[in-house]
Amino acid sequence: MNLPHYLRALRGISTRELLRFVHQRERFISALVRPLVWLFIFAAGFRSTLGLSPTPPYETYILYEEYITPGLIGMIQLFNGMQSSLSMVYDREMGNMRTLLISPLPRWFLLVAKLLAGTLVSILQVYAFLLVAWLYDVRTPPEGYLGVLPALLLSGLMLGALGLLLSSFIEQLENFAGVMNFVIFPMFFLSTALYPLWKLQESSQLLHTLAQYNPFSQAVELIRFALYGQFNIYASIYTLSALTLFLSAAVIGYNPSKGMMQKKGGKS
Amino acid sequence: MNLSIAPALSVQSVSLAYGEKLALDKVSFTVFSGDCLILLGPNGAGKSSLFSLITRLYDTREGSIEIAGLNLKRNSSKALARLGVVFQQSTLDMDLSVERNLLYHSDLHGLSRKLAKLRIQEELERQAMFDRRHERVRQLNGGHRRRVEIARALLHKPNLLLLDEPTVGLDMPSRKAIVEYVHQLSAEQNIAVLWATHLVDEIFETDQLIVLHKGTIRFQGSVQELLEKTATPTVADAFQHLTREGK
Repeated sequence: MNLPHYLRALRGISTRELLRFVHQRERFISALVRPLVWLFIFAAGFRSTLGLSPTPPYETYILYEEYITPGLIGMIQLFNGMQSSLSMVYDREMGNMRTLLISPLPRWFLLVAKLLAGTLVSILQVYAFLLVAWLYDVRTPPEGYLGVLPALLLSGLMLGALGLLLSSFIEQLENFAGVMNFVIFPMFFLSTALYPLWKLQESSQLLHTLAQYNPFSQAVELIRFALYGQFNIYASIYTLSALTLFLSAAVIGYNPSKGMMQKKGGKS
Repeated sequence: MNLSIAPALSVQSVSLAYGEKLALDKVSFTVFSGDCLILLGPNGAGKSSLFSLITRLYDTREGSIEIAGLNLKRNSSKALARLGVVFQQSTLDMDLSVERNLLYHSDLHGLSRKLAKLRIQEELERQAMFDRRHERVRQLNGGHRRRVEIARALLHKPNLLLLDEPTVGLDMPSRKAIVEYVHQLSAEQNIAVLWATHLVDEIFETDQLIVLHKGTIRFQGSVQELLEKTATPTVADAFQHLTREGK
């Protein structure tokens, strides 16, 4: 197996993921509508009740819409990561996953390629959202639109790896509702997506601590700083560490001799 | 081992247990190039478990499996490159075109685009499906989808073609066409075929047979030997005879 083979496989997996996304128009629309509802309605309603003093990376007072934009970008990637994991569980139940896993390439590479492809899709969704936000007059400095790209790649990979890890544990599609309740909602609400950490601290020290160590918070902060042309080194190291942890665990989970595949193997 | 003369598939003393339950018990057999080996067994015989091991969905813990002389555990990528599989359930992307599905597979096997297009044309033409390459899989009937899956399994020119009950749910003409086509493949192209089924009418007189029941091999040999051994007039009777008794 040589480099061209790896690259061709990566092309194949990414193209498939992108085409599937293009063909599933409802998925694209709902991926876009969800954060827009938060931006147009929730943020508008909260604008007057939540006072935000200037904290980095903001140099001045900002509107609440501007504050939650990075959080909503994180939300898009969080949902996309979980959606990819849902599609992996579906693929496994339907058998499609097996065509991938019997490819003559190391399994870790197949999983990483799948992860990268899913992240590409999430980045497309984010830019579509940023475009609508821009039209709605929620704008970041022009350099932020390009500067956020590496941050999106890192955060997308981390959240996708979490989805991948979960998919190695989830036996059936029905169990996926649990992921919504126990992963997506706590991760989203216990983070800096909707309110800054110091606001949470005012209410509860425990919630503040949980939010501080929530990898999703760090992903959101990474995006937030990148959108303003700044590099948040702590958030990037934290997100990278979480990515390494989730991905390693997922690779073990999909290992044919060690992980959950042993238990699931009996099903065809 | 000289890979050129190695059997296309060698399964040696393979056992598999799910907890307490033994799904496969010291199963051994070989398939050579040009052979069509029918793996006959009722539901729950262990066919799917065996296929899961041969496709390395999980590792073989007891015994060993070699594809074209390559150990599946130690040399998994090279071994899997010699394997083509048609799964029981359809594994095509319904919303993508036939060609796009086949290109995806070619990419996974590292074929260049030029070679992939050539092989796709070759395989689809052989099954009279080339004109339909731009259609979405969803628009095809079950028989045609199966043809596409067989074409896909052959794109990378495998030594061994594995088919897991590929005719389930198809009408008689489609079943007949697929059975004949696969037999023709093994005879004319020297491909080794391992075909799992519980339908005895898919067996040709020239086929080699394995009857698997409750995880053990109950019979291994030619159709003629099966009839002689069981003293029955038909394969159906012989199959019933061998799978009637408990373990």
